[in-house]
Amino acid sequence: MNSRLPTPFRGLRRRLAERAAESDIWDAVQLARDDGRPYTLDYVEHLVDEWVELHGDRQGTDDHAIVAGVGSFRGRTIAIVGHQKGRDLKERAFRNFGMAQPQGYAKARRIFALADRLGFPVVTMIDTPGAYPGVESEQAGQAAAIAQSMLEMVRLRVPSVACVIGEGGSGGALAIGVADRVLMLEHAIYSVISPEGCATILWRDVNQRRKAAAAFKPTARFSYELGVVDTVVPEPSGGAHKDHERAARLLGDAIAHALDSIEAEPIEQRRTLRRAKFRRMGVWLENGVVVGEKEPEPGALVAGD
Amino acid sequence: MASHEEPEDIQVEVEREETEREQPPAPVRPHPNTCPVCNSHYREDELRDLLRVCRVCGHHFPVGAEERIEQLADGGSFRPIAEGLRSADPLAFTDLRPYTERLSEAEVATGLGDAMIAGAATIEGMPCVLCSMDFAFMGGSMGSVVGEVFTRASDVAAERGIPLVSVAASGGARMQENVLALMQMAKTVCAVDLLRESGVPYVSVLAHPTTGGVIASFAALGDFVVAEPDALLSFAGPRVVQETTRETLPEDFGRAESSLEHGLIDAVIKRPELKDELGRILRLCAGGTLVPMELDSETAPPPGIMARVLRFLRSTPHGPSHTNGGPA
Repeated sequence: MNSRLPTPFRGLRRRLAERAAESDIWDAVQLARDDGRPYTLDYVEHLVDEWVELHGDRQGTDDHAIVAGVGSFRGRTIAIVGHQKGRDLKERAFRNFGMAQPQGYAKARRIFALADRLGFPVVTMIDTPGAYPGVESEQAGQAAAIAQSMLEMVRLRVPSVACVIGEGGSGGALAIGVADRVLMLEHAIYSVISPEGCATILWRDVNQRRKAAAAFKPTARFSYELGVVDTVVPEPSGGAHKDHERAARLLGDAIAHALDSIEAEPIEQRRTLRRAKFRRMGVWLENGVVVGEKEPEPGALVAGD
Repeated sequence: MASHEEPEDIQVEVEREETEREQPPAPVRPHPNTCPVCNSHYREDELRDLLRVCRVCGHHFPVGAEERIEQLADGGSFRPIAEGLRSADPLAFTDLRPYTERLSEAEVATGLGDAMIAGAATIEGMPCVLCSMDFAFMGGSMGSVVGEVFTRASDVAAERGIPLVSVAASGGARMQENVLALMQMAKTVCAVDLLRESGVPYVSVLAHPTTGGVIASFAALGDFVVAEPDALLSFAGPRVVQETTRETLPEDFGRAESSLEHGLIDAVIKRPELKDELGRILRLCAGGTLVPMELDSETAPPPGIMARVLRFLRSTPHGPSHTNGGPA
């Protein structure tokens, strides 16, 4: 059918389709960043009773871009660690736009160790543009802080669930994302760099961010298809910002389901299984044959409800 | 049918024109064998003999992955692991040019399959598994292949109980593989976790530059972390930091010497001394008593396995002669 159209129209059609895909993905990026979306503490409020917030890295700093604490979630005591963004100017500055410094990751590590000692499953909430790029952060060892936070998560004896609830930006996001199960909200994004950063580097022009976003496909659907997330969690129609309570309930169902399934696995193999999960990630060619492409399980795309 | 072919051709040409217009002019670069600091110029063979260190000012030129192995491994001891891996293009990624085009260009320029090669080798007679990155291959960026090569190399090191040595030179994760590249950070950290659980030493060498997702994953997690002089070692690059914070950056921002001062690395080692230093570290590791910290996994070797492996390897004439990580 397509080949019968005169060339200019074929080109136009292709370009229109591309542009539509581009704007779809860009809409997804903007939705993931919407400041009406529930942040970590909003989910805590709806999901957890008897919340005790924990502060500080015990080495002189409390990074407000990372919140942490212990609470009771549907009969279990769990530890929660998450990025926290702010809604108004003052709160945004206080939370440093959800961009953590090495001290924030040290705080996360402290909570991971605490949860491991006391036997609390770990739930993390990922929502950050990235780790904070500052001179002091670098001098305090931002890179090593991220690497060590990941390593601490790999070593946990307790079950862990990571939830990408908004913006999963770069190593700063993954630092708290190496878990037994990775959940991703329907309208969240997950990427190695922000679309702006990608456009600046590859197109040498920040205004190409829509193109960059379309090229690297940071949406939940693609992340699932690439085998990076286990479950895409549905949001209330229109997005999580329309109904915080319902969004939290849907996420809570998915977390509870994930915890149940992890606890059904033998505990002495947990660390080995967790390593094996991430060991499988990647797609490459081996002697000309594609290795690592996933066969999506039918029906696994959407959980909850 | 002929009429069908013609429009196809036209379409391709139009695309090519667009691409060329968008491409900014190539910056003028000094000759790769001219020292950017003191302008001394070297013949290729001369620079190779000098380990690519400027005789006049001590500037360290970049070293390719294969040449690095020649510099560090004992002659003829290198046995490759995980050969034959190439990047796929799972996202069908195109920026100004398609990812596949950049890949083939990098392959031609470097003669490598991707940005990391690995193999079993000996350094000053001490067996180890050696990984080496090449900045000339797409900025040494880490995609699925680099993650897999590092992981297989670690598996071999953990299985045989011999130390892992990695030489990093990378701008970070490979954007063209987006979230899969990001996951290689987690994957390589898992590989390091296996080394730690197995009680196998890991020595991480950081060459210029080691930044982004590579320094924030396996490269930061060495039991010993050493860097070459003046190497840029930062998570965020200087330009990003400058643009985000509007701070004036210190002149030595992120450099190896500054990292040493801030307690981020163990030592700054000049390239001519690197092999000696690695030999020393490997000898010291072999002289320790291996006490596995946790024996809760079937992967942890029983005590003393390293000593036995070392004895076995020394008794064979060519050191480690076979690897099971890659195709023969």
